[in-house]
Amino acid sequence: MADQAVIGGSGASLLPALARRSEAVVIPLAALVVGFAIFAVFLLTQGKSPADFLGLVWKGAYGSAFSWQNTLSRAAPLLFAALCVALPARLGLVVIGGEGAIVLGGVAVGALGPAMAHVPAFIALPLMAAAAMSVGAVWIGAAGALRHYRGVNETISSLLLAYIAIALMNQLVEGPFRDPASLNKPSTAPLAESLRVGNLPGMDVHWGLAFGILGCVVSWILIDRTTWGFAARIAGGNVRAAQVQGLPVGRLILGFTALAGGFAGLAGFFEVTAVHGSANASLAAGYGYTGILIAFLARHNPLAIIPVAILLAGFGAASGLIQRRMGLPDATILVLQGFVFLSILISDTFYGRYRIFAPERWGR
Amino acid sequence: MEHDIGLWAIPIAILGGAIRVSTPFLFVSLGEVLTERSGRINLGLEGTLVFGAMAGYATAVVTGSAWAGVIVAALSGSLFGLLHGLICSLPKVNDIAIGIAMMLFGTGLAFYFGKPFIQPVAPDLPAIPLGFWSDLPQLRAALEVNVLFLIGIVLALGMAWMFRATRVGLIIRVVGDSTDAARAMGLRPALIRTLATATGGAFAGVGGAYLSLYYPGSWNEGISSGQGLMAVALVIFARWNPIACFGAALLFGGAGALGPALQSVGVTQGYYLFYAAPYVLTLGVLIAISSPNRAMTGAPGELSITK
Repeated sequence: MADQAVIGGSGASLLPALARRSEAVVIPLAALVVGFAIFAVFLLTQGKSPADFLGLVWKGAYGSAFSWQNTLSRAAPLLFAALCVALPARLGLVVIGGEGAIVLGGVAVGALGPAMAHVPAFIALPLMAAAAMSVGAVWIGAAGALRHYRGVNETISSLLLAYIAIALMNQLVEGPFRDPASLNKPSTAPLAESLRVGNLPGMDVHWGLAFGILGCVVSWILIDRTTWGFAARIAGGNVRAAQVQGLPVGRLILGFTALAGGFAGLAGFFEVTAVHGSANASLAAGYGYTGILIAFLARHNPLAIIPVAILLAGFGAASGLIQRRMGLPDATILVLQGFVFLSILISDTFYGRYRIFAPERWGR
Repeated sequence: MEHDIGLWAIPIAILGGAIRVSTPFLFVSLGEVLTERSGRINLGLEGTLVFGAMAGYATAVVTGSAWAGVIVAALSGSLFGLLHGLICSLPKVNDIAIGIAMMLFGTGLAFYFGKPFIQPVAPDLPAIPLGFWSDLPQLRAALEVNVLFLIGIVLALGMAWMFRATRVGLIIRVVGDSTDAARAMGLRPALIRTLATATGGAFAGVGGAYLSLYYPGSWNEGISSGQGLMAVALVIFARWNPIACFGAALLFGGAGALGPALQSVGVTQGYYLFYAAPYVLTLGVLIAISSPNRAMTGAPGELSITK
């Protein structure tokens, strides 16, 4: 402690604070680079050039206004999907079933569409968004409730719920909500033109992006700047301690998982109202699973989710170009994600190991 | 129809389906029992299963031998298990999160390398017609039992005996129940857990080979829809007992066969809901056997999922 006082007292207190904070940035970034490096070796074993790959990712994801718009449109559902993992993670819960809430949120919107066709959009859209959020909240909240009241592992239950949700969607879209005109691909009736969510002013990117970023900022405020978020972090660190302190652990778990599911449901809302125009099997596009990786890469920090989601959306946007130009299968992006995911989890072992991030150990 | 057996067709179809569908459940859950008894959880067996299905099918296409496919599937599964085990031996690494990453990693690699093998046809694994005594074609079809199913039964019995009566079984149990006790005995918990995870991965790989080489008997990207994950839940249901795993696998297989069985007698309503039956059953079973307050009986003491 004496060293710290000397360093701090000399007016250079910025440096230790910076060092402490940079650990959570430097280690994930290094893990990202290592993950890419391993992937580059993998590409070399396949006789492909990693430089070509990077060049195409750049071109397909960020190289032009058009590719930026493609990337940002894909980022919108990923922001919500990542929040669905990051919020429960603050309570120490690993929820991986966001896909189910996205799918059912979308189905709710598609099912409400015909009834809302003649309702003014400024009433109908918020109602439909609320319906999508509620369905998602119930779905992921159920995993939280099972965890709290029955001790059922939330990782397994949420993924099982996602499989059940996809089966439910198929049943509903082919059964009661099916539009008889949708022959090859069973879908709900197309939404009225007035109910389609448009693009952000001056961009070819739909409003889902703005709401996704807003969701991340709100979640950050909730976690970092409110007493609920503080209580959740305590409960996530040590449930016993939180209970001894009289924190309402059950309500926190229910609230955070329901909010997480609500965000995922909102992803389904934007996918239907802004992208597909009706609910069908395209809703199960795997955004929920990419969201898991994004949340872990962002270390469950809602603000960090924004750049990470844009990064990973870029790979998705460039995927078509990579398939055509390099003759690589579409699963190449999954392989890359796998390497990055493993590398980021392995990096957990390096926290607290390096003196450079710990100012109190500098002098020794 | 020559033999009109009416509604009897449903239980017979479910029996046959249970035998056919349960084998991958059985192998994955036995692998997971071995891993979890050593104190670790491998949620990545879903990815191992899919990769095993691809590797087994591809090998069978190239070599023309289904058994070579099974062996390669087992080897690739043990490599995935080894990777999981080694990563989890590092301090501060979360085995559940690694499992999720391995799930995505294994599936991604399987899709990547499996692309050229979606079209070609591989030889099937042999089946033994145990229904020869009956002249009901439905019963004969139901009792076409694959050799791997029988191997699975032997494996379950062998593992139960190993845990109860052998030195290896005792070592795995000690490591799983208390890291400190294991260290005091001079054992190396990380090494033993890694070996147990690698062996468990090999079992899951064989389960995958069964999927692609016997039932449904082809390789495609939708070959497994959560069987690997359900098998992990099944292990909790079976209380980490290999013989109970066999019963649980049959039950889950029967639930999976419910939809096709009803379809075979002309019930087409709610097809997708019956398709979801195994997931609902898994969830229901988890809810029924879990408890928020007490540790589960039979659970290894070091297991993160039940702590």
